[in-house]
Amino acid sequence: MKKTGAEIMWECLVREGVEVVFGYPGGANMPIYDAMLNYPIHHVLVRHEQGGAHMADGYARASGKVGVAMGTSGPGATNLVTGIATAMMDSSPVVFITGQVAAHLIGGDAFQEIDVTGITLPITKHNYLVTRADEIAEVVREAFYIARSGRPGPVLIDICKNAQIEQTEFIYPEEVKLLGYQPPARAPQHDLEKAVRLIEKAKRPVILCGHGVIVSGAEEALLHFATKTQTPVASTLLGLGAFPASHPLALGMMGMHGEAHTNLAIQNSDLILAFGMRFDDRVTGNLKTYAPKAKKIHVEIDPSEVHKNVHVDLPLVGDLKNVVSDLVPMVDEYDHDEWLNEINGWKSEADERSIMNWPEDGKLYVAHLVHDLWKATGGGAIITTDVGQHQMWTAQYYALEKPNRWITSGGSGTMGFGLPSAIGAWFANKDQEIWAIAGDGGFQMTAAELTTAVQEGANVKVAIMNNNFLGMVRQWQEFFFEKRYSAVNMVSPDFVKLADAHGVPARRITTREEVDEAIQWARQTPGPVVLEFRVEKEDAVYPMVPAGASLDQMMRRPVRQ
Amino acid sequence: MQYTFIALVENKPGVLNRVASLFRRRNFNIESLAVGRTEKPEVSRMTMVVDCPNGDMDAHKIEANLYKLVNVIDVQDVSRQPSVTRDLALIKVKAAPERRAEVNSLASIFRARIVDVATDSVIVEVTGTEEKIEGMVELLRPLGIMEMVRTGQIAMTRGANAGIRRMPGMEDNGYEYDLEAAEMLP
Ligand SMILES: Cc1ncc(C[n+]2csc(CCOP(=O)(O)OP(=O)(O)O)c2C)c(N)n1
Ligand SMILES: [Mg+2]
Repeated sequence: MKKTGAEIMWECLVREGVEVVFGYPGGANMPIYDAMLNYPIHHVLVRHEQGGAHMADGYARASGKVGVAMGTSGPGATNLVTGIATAMMDSSPVVFITGQVAAHLIGGDAFQEIDVTGITLPITKHNYLVTRADEIAEVVREAFYIARSGRPGPVLIDICKNAQIEQTEFIYPEEVKLLGYQPPARAPQHDLEKAVRLIEKAKRPVILCGHGVIVSGAEEALLHFATKTQTPVASTLLGLGAFPASHPLALGMMGMHGEAHTNLAIQNSDLILAFGMRFDDRVTGNLKTYAPKAKKIHVEIDPSEVHKNVHVDLPLVGDLKNVVSDLVPMVDEYDHDEWLNEINGWKSEADERSIMNWPEDGKLYVAHLVHDLWKATGGGAIITTDVGQHQMWTAQYYALEKPNRWITSGGSGTMGFGLPSAIGAWFANKDQEIWAIAGDGGFQMTAAELTTAVQEGANVKVAIMNNNFLGMVRQWQEFFFEKRYSAVNMVSPDFVKLADAHGVPARRITTREEVDEAIQWARQTPGPVVLEFRVEKEDAVYPMVPAGASLDQMMRRPVRQ
Repeated sequence: MQYTFIALVENKPGVLNRVASLFRRRNFNIESLAVGRTEKPEVSRMTMVVDCPNGDMDAHKIEANLYKLVNVIDVQDVSRQPSVTRDLALIKVKAAPERRAEVNSLASIFRARIVDVATDSVIVEVTGTEEKIEGMVELLRPLGIMEMVRTGQIAMTRGANAGIRRMPGMEDNGYEYDLEAAEMLP
């Protein structure tokens, strides 16, 4: 039967199991929006395409499925760009669909014509320009397959208006045939054997648990491997949740704002097992002095990550779940008591400095707030964050036991991510409690999506950590620019009134005593809620490894008498 | 250090742009790039000569990143494999009638051909390795080179030889991990 290109597109989305798309209409995608009315897919009208992109990303991260965001040509597409780059940096499977001017107009600078495939070439896993209706079925099928397989990532489909309108025979491709695309599945046996030999020799091993563990669903395998070999597990920002924070082998977060004992463990280790992580500069510090005594095994699905930043002794290229599961029966049981004791020694020293052990001084600290939220929610909420100090404190103090509940922009550090990604996560899991933790700065970047939350009845709770500053930049200016504060002082609207104008219940909290009650109130109030916490203005995130410094050269929180 | 890669890619619009964009984005310098059809209509073949200041490490990076492109089917490093490499140059030289004999004899030494003769210039066509063409160019230079164009290198391995495929995880990937140092762990 003949269908229009737009109908074929929706038909294919239905077959991919798409339940919800986040988008914004315009001239170049009107046929798509017209056809949409006949298909059982919920469309969320966002307030800015960037918000839609982050929603699709949040949906993807919370569900493990492919998210979908749409926009029109030209400015619609360019508004998506930040969201596309964010998904790319964090390997998030999102399919972006943009309208494009009619094929015969391409190259002529027609109204709202922008070279979107050109712009997004380096920030997508792959992209397509579709000029004919009969290409659509195959392209959509491929796009979803590429987005979710291997190392996931965003795929963009730019569909010319004529291709949306033209009619053609709908033939659904049963198979995806891609000549040049075969994600590696398993590491070869002889490489696994080499790994076993390295593990055998190690006295001070550490696992670096990255986002790849969650993406490949390798949490169980990791748990088996770590417990069998008694290897402590440090996490990257995006790896948090893959390994239960309460486990005795859990070291917590590594890197620039990682825990001191974790960074010390890495620097003093003799074997690093990097699982699905990419040695980002935020976790390695100075590469020249990084883990100098350690042999390095890198388990990774993307060969281009191997030797990219850190030269490793043994790459095991394959799907992490397969590789680690293959290793578990091959390794012996070990106990690294001496090593674990040493790490625990560093840990107790670090605990003394922890802000958690500060006596009440009447001020509101984000670290305390996050801890209170963790207690109130039993550690079980989906947490999204924006970018800045509050993000790091949330990573440090919302101890995660399970994966897919921690949604934050890591690689790209995109301010404005928190609220929209929470709305997206809600569509993935409507029964789950969801909190977006945002700074006063980042919240304002995508605050308009509050209305989207209202329109959709999205049950997301927003906690604004208002320090009246672009806090993270202020902290750098304090530490590295002699406290010359430049463009970090923020005048904000009255957030409670702002929420009120959106019809969102809201409260302002200024003391620690009010915190619990306010959190409970928010939890019991259906639909979106905003809590504005007036927090200590000039607190700093510790420990901190200054950019470019060695990982063990941490600035530590001053000890309080 | 210069490396020569052969990449088989899908013959689709925009693929050349993807490859070129990758080299730019990952900060590699392309010395030459030649693209053309192959025996299969759906496949194009690229020969790339790339500057690799970090030797094999860079070659690995280039291969791995090329494979990330969905349209790239196969990549081989033929830099140090027995192979035939050719470049073709057209060189327009100043040559008044009384100097044509000189150009002619130079050309014959290099097995080059004169493919066009005008009143005061000729076009010399020369095929061969980089060195041979460089050599020819140097000798023609004193006569006065008016214009020159080169195709860039193309390469093919000899007989049953194949290039190195460096992807970790592939069998015979040319990587040998030296575990000797591992034995010395405390
Ligand atoms: C889109 C974007 N612009 C700029 C930055 C740089 N930046 C990183 S953190 C930060 C401050 C964030 O301030 P706020 O949202 O109030 O959070 P806080 O650090 O105070 O918790 C800025 C400006 C960024 N990460 N993203
Ligand atoms: Mg702030």
